[in-house]
Amino acid sequence: MWIFRKCLFLPIILVSPFSLPCAVCMTNCPTLIVTVGLPARGKTYISKKLTRYLNWIGVPTREFNVGQYRRECLKIYKSFEFFRPDNEEGLKIRQQCASAALNDVRQYLADGGQVAVFDATNTTRERRETITVFAEQNGFKVFFVESVCEDPEVIAENIVQVKLGSPDYTNCNTEEAMEDFKKRIKCYENSYETLDEVLDRHLSYIKIMDVGRRYLVNQVQDHIQSRIVYYLMNIHITPRSIYLCRHGESDLNVKGCIGGDSGLSPRGKEFAKYLRQFIQSQEISDLKVWTSQMKRTIQTAEAVSVPYEQWKALNEIDAGVCEEMMYEEIQQHYPLEFAMRDQDKYRYRYPKGESYEDLVQRLEPVIMELERQENVLVICHQAVMRCLLAYFLDKTAEELPYLKCPLHTVLKLTPVAYGCKVESIYLNVDAVNTHRERPENVEVSRMAEEALLTVPAHQ
Amino acid sequence: MEYIMRRRCDSAASVPQLTNSPTLIVMVGLPARGKTYISKKLSRYLNWIGVPTKVFNLGQYRREAVQSYKNFEFFRPDNEEAMQIRRACATNALKDVVIYFSKDHGQVAVFDATNTTRERRISIVSFSKEKGYKVFFVESICDDPDIIAQNITEVKVSSPDYVNCDKDEAQADFLKRIECYKQSYVPLDDEKDRHLSYIKIFNVGSRYLVNRVQDHIQSRIVYYLMNIHVTPRSIFLSRHGESELNLLGRIGGDSGLSPRGHKYATALGGFIKGQHIKDLKVWTSHMKRTIQTAEHLGIPYEQWKALNEIDAGVCEELTYEDIQENHPEEFALRDQDKYRYRYPNGESYEDLVHRLEPVIMELERQENVLVVCHQAVMRCLLAYLLDKTSDELPYLKCPLHTVLKLTPVAYGCRVEHICLNIEAVNTHRERPGNVDVTRDPEEALKTIPEHF
Repeated sequence: MWIFRKCLFLPIILVSPFSLPCAVCMTNCPTLIVTVGLPARGKTYISKKLTRYLNWIGVPTREFNVGQYRRECLKIYKSFEFFRPDNEEGLKIRQQCASAALNDVRQYLADGGQVAVFDATNTTRERRETITVFAEQNGFKVFFVESVCEDPEVIAENIVQVKLGSPDYTNCNTEEAMEDFKKRIKCYENSYETLDEVLDRHLSYIKIMDVGRRYLVNQVQDHIQSRIVYYLMNIHITPRSIYLCRHGESDLNVKGCIGGDSGLSPRGKEFAKYLRQFIQSQEISDLKVWTSQMKRTIQTAEAVSVPYEQWKALNEIDAGVCEEMMYEEIQQHYPLEFAMRDQDKYRYRYPKGESYEDLVQRLEPVIMELERQENVLVICHQAVMRCLLAYFLDKTAEELPYLKCPLHTVLKLTPVAYGCKVESIYLNVDAVNTHRERPENVEVSRMAEEALLTVPAHQ
Repeated sequence: MEYIMRRRCDSAASVPQLTNSPTLIVMVGLPARGKTYISKKLSRYLNWIGVPTKVFNLGQYRREAVQSYKNFEFFRPDNEEAMQIRRACATNALKDVVIYFSKDHGQVAVFDATNTTRERRISIVSFSKEKGYKVFFVESICDDPDIIAQNITEVKVSSPDYVNCDKDEAQADFLKRIECYKQSYVPLDDEKDRHLSYIKIFNVGSRYLVNRVQDHIQSRIVYYLMNIHVTPRSIFLSRHGESELNLLGRIGGDSGLSPRGHKYATALGGFIKGQHIKDLKVWTSHMKRTIQTAEHLGIPYEQWKALNEIDAGVCEELTYEDIQENHPEEFALRDQDKYRYRYPNGESYEDLVHRLEPVIMELERQENVLVVCHQAVMRCLLAYLLDKTSDELPYLKCPLHTVLKLTPVAYGCRVEHICLNIEAVNTHRERPGNVDVTRDPEEALKTIPEHF
């Protein structure tokens, strides 16, 4: 009766999304997050980031951007005049788009979605009232996220980063686009009714002021809203880069064994030296370096010669009974387990070990702190790096366990616009390949050769 | 041993960067707004997650300076003599804060006083700047007369100040005391105080204003404060029923319940029904023995991997005798520092606390909850709820077949032990006299409880 998701295989008891057990909040009503704010206040940035985070921790979330609905409806954007408050036709179309979006929200939340982010200006009390009624009728909880910002520099920067490149302005030059967009904002300003401490005291919301300097939080109803507030209060937009890499090649890597706690091979030590040079060449201000508590990451950081912090949470996935085995040995001793892992690599939990899903839960505080920090180098492990990468690059649970994270390669991630720019820097020191692709045959009845087909070469 | 040598700066987890400057949390608010409640709770939480924290309550300094409290007139704004005493007390308290940070390796100090004037707050900010401390204000604003009256009844009427008064006298005097502060009360201001770091809590948490969170610890403090509530409720802690491995004196593992364990589970079901608890949430771990126990309750329950028993690594499913025979040095090291000791390929109590932090956070959010868990896990949760130190934690008594009912009251927790009268083995091993690695096996095994 507690089962939220049916377990697929016997030995593995159900696994829980994020820190919470299966049924908490999942049996509760879905949540509708409603953004509020003038254009260029970061609503879409927040919507996308929040959606990415919630999906990563296992809460099915989708964003519904009304601007996109408008673009589909209108095909060609002419000018800001469309947004004039006295443009009857424009208003009608915008109203229809909002309704269409809400309709899709209803569909999504009925079909297994847990959180929907309704990304639009929603600047009038009237519009918000409509949404609240819609939510009540459908049994959704509502949580407003308002972004208030009067800093002209921040607004200008936003416009440059995400508006100028928008489909609306493909045929304009920069100045024209900027001018038009500023007039667009003006169209909303007169009718803008910010969330009010008194009038809206019964609503659940967070008001983010001046890009996070200040927050007003009102009537948080439940766990998911509390987590959303915590997340929103920890993100920032100060430019920075996150460097992800694995430890240098280890002795166990060379043998083709998984897990364990071995030291670096000679090539691994070589890599650590190159890593040091690379870091120095990047001339990064105030770089924080994080490692796990396993020898191979610590030894790598030691060679980089910068102060580093150890996180137990960054330890490699625990392979339980399969620790320190080669894939050939796993096939030999645990052929059933091996097949089941190939069937659902994300949820599969090694006996007495962990699953990728467990890893994500374990890594959540790391992600939260990464959001707070600025320049950070994380020296970790294959499965761990896959989880972190999946968060930054918005990869699904299906893709995550197969992301390519080769040894001796640094990934430099730089937030840009609504996403992340990735640069892959291979530091030119040979290493074994530790990436095992999903084999064709994942049946428990398969032959040993079929199982071992994709095992990478080792000594 | 490697686990001793490693550089422990376990960032953000249990212990944020210790190399940073200490933090001075400054409470702000009229009397009876929950400042001391918040101070004590916050301090308990921070200490539990490994951040050395201490509360400096100005009222206590005043009680030491002015041996016997007469009445509210002491607090009249025109009472010059009293003002001088009160200022001196504040100075002394801040002096002690300096000692706590510099000599006692404190990381966070909570300055629990009204701090209702801008003047007082400015002087604290200068003081901190001079010393290199970060400042974070926590202001509690409440205008609900029912809440205030309730606060006064719960904690003021029984204060040492009112030991010779009856309830009504005490209540009346305290209300006059509050009036003395009201005139000069200047709340943190949106404009004037925009450069300060603070959280304003309105009406026991219906609304919060958060300004300029500077760092990780402040972010954690804000998150915690936003999750606590004062709605009356009870937390029930129990271990799983006696397990097959318990009977054999083996630690860890994932065995099912013994016959007596099943009996306990049934009795637990009966006990819970008898309590008539409204909206009870039941939590278990992912291990068979807690799940089997919960199954008997006939109530929906939720499984948390975080509630799994401490991982004993290479010692899983061994008896203490086995551990002494195969890993005598580890066994001794564990007795030397049971809180920090990590089983090879396993966990330490310290790791457990870190793992349990989200459980504690959710426990704070919830109301009536029954947690069916394990010995080490229960010790950690209990230590949090009863403010036990990390030295006491690993030796807290959590016997099988006993329910602990914890009910928050005043500044702490009332505990009721309910033994459900079903026999079970004892699994509690006291710290032996000799913890030296050179000790004889008999000395190591002296305190082992009996088993089959």
